[in-house]
Amino acid sequence: MKVLVAVKRVVDYNVKVRPKADGTDVDTANVKMSINPFCEIAVEEAVRLKEKGVVSEIVAVSMGPKQCQEQIRTALALGADRGIQVETDAELQPLAVAKCLKAIVDKEEPQLVILGKQSIDGDNNQTGQMLAALAGMGQGTFASEVNVADGSVKVTREVDGGLQTVELTLPAVVTTDLRLNEPRYASLPNIMKAKKKPLDTTTPEDLGVDIAPRTKTLKVEPPAERQAGIKVADVAELVEKLKSEAKVI
Amino acid sequence: MSILVIAEHDNAELKGATLNTIAAAKAIGGDIEVLVAGSGCGAVAEAAAKVEGVSKVLAADNAAYEHQLAENVAKLVADLGKNYSHVLAPATTTGKNMLPRAAALLDVQPISDIIAVESPDTFKRPIYAGNVIATVQSSDAIKVISVRTTAFDAVAAEGGSAAVESVDIADDAGVSKFVGEELAESDRPELTAAKVVISGGRGMQNGDNFELLYKVADKLGAAVGASRAAVDAGFVPNDMQVGQTGKIVAPDLYIAVGISGAIQHLAGMKDSKVIVAINKDEEAPIFSVADYGLVADLFDAVPELETKL
Repeated sequence: MKVLVAVKRVVDYNVKVRPKADGTDVDTANVKMSINPFCEIAVEEAVRLKEKGVVSEIVAVSMGPKQCQEQIRTALALGADRGIQVETDAELQPLAVAKCLKAIVDKEEPQLVILGKQSIDGDNNQTGQMLAALAGMGQGTFASEVNVADGSVKVTREVDGGLQTVELTLPAVVTTDLRLNEPRYASLPNIMKAKKKPLDTTTPEDLGVDIAPRTKTLKVEPPAERQAGIKVADVAELVEKLKSEAKVI
Repeated sequence: MSILVIAEHDNAELKGATLNTIAAAKAIGGDIEVLVAGSGCGAVAEAAAKVEGVSKVLAADNAAYEHQLAENVAKLVADLGKNYSHVLAPATTTGKNMLPRAAALLDVQPISDIIAVESPDTFKRPIYAGNVIATVQSSDAIKVISVRTTAFDAVAAEGGSAAVESVDIADDAGVSKFVGEELAESDRPELTAAKVVISGGRGMQNGDNFELLYKVADKLGAAVGASRAAVDAGFVPNDMQVGQTGKIVAPDLYIAVGISGAIQHLAGMKDSKVIVAINKDEEAPIFSVADYGLVADLFDAVPELETKL
């Protein structure tokens, strides 16, 4: 069966981003860009399913300007078979991304779509759920375990109270949580091979999707800074301060 | 304006997160109605009707909604939601799972995790793990919003007397089914609702050593949390994780033990009223947000803390 994996190009998780001086956006000039960590886990899960013989082909999709081809190549180096880039320089909001993915799902007809549960830039946690809605598929979000068998997939989900397991009819959408797997590193020979794997380009217009933004960012600003307090000498002083100064115990 | 708030519950009890979400609805202003979708959830609907500020409760009592399967509940929320100006749910794992699905069915770009209401169409929300706060304006006719519960003080659970109206829509998408769950059983308060939280990090070294924290927690009536490092290392289960991708907490007192203070962890607890850090590394970033820092070996300090409380 075929798996579609979505990958997003984001500011690397080690970079501490700051708002631009005029407060219109975050400053992403000259910062390191990487594949979103949750998307990397999605690619890894697809590759493991292929290694188990459950999956025969992995298609990696990314959307955005030309540079997001780098993240598709990363997915190809990790084990995806071919890539699709939806090229646009316009702002893409999660609903627009979900609609583009839906158009690709209609064409490619994968049995499983695996996405990260959220991207570490927008922190929206929406795209997988919206794709599932538009495609009429079941959704296994925040997955920590995925088992495919006989036309369905069992997904163990990380929920506030602990773990929940659901069974979804295929085709279905899965979004990854942190503990689903530990992604591998791409080997140098695989990075070289990835350069020769097929990568098709399309556009939102070709897919017939209206990507007009529905929300506008009016301002970005740093959060209120928390001031560092004091160091206490020992446990006795700590307990005393908590009782008489902070009055929280 | 009319606002539909999706209640968080387990078919027996209305969860506190609902009260924070209703507070956000009050900040927007307008008529507030609450949807209780579940199975055998009559008591929850009755409880929701008593909440301050609620004008009506819609009770959708059907087996299809028993386990809050997103495929079924989102369809119901979209069916009902088109009659409202705003649809709100708490940004819990249940809300985050269901709400975007409902939004897509309504052709709306939802707004996740709001921490402030600027006007009925403009909201503040954290991005980049809370390193940046964005002010976002929606142009959709219906605003679909998840609410960061720690950012809004809960409304009173008593004082209202709304009518309960039953909703006769049984949406079963037929593509998903509940298999089972493993929920953590604990006599301690829930992490997100506790007044005091004590969390352990990689410095705890193993799961057994969390016993030290449980002892302190029992003296303080506290919940016990963990950093991602401690969860990833297998010391404790995932439902204890505090941070950007775990639970967001804002108790009166947060005690971080053996936690270095990665930005992802700070994103989950830095709105706590008083923060205490116990760490033997005096350079640990956790000290930069702590009101009271104690540079000490946790294996000496925590047992001593327990005896002094």
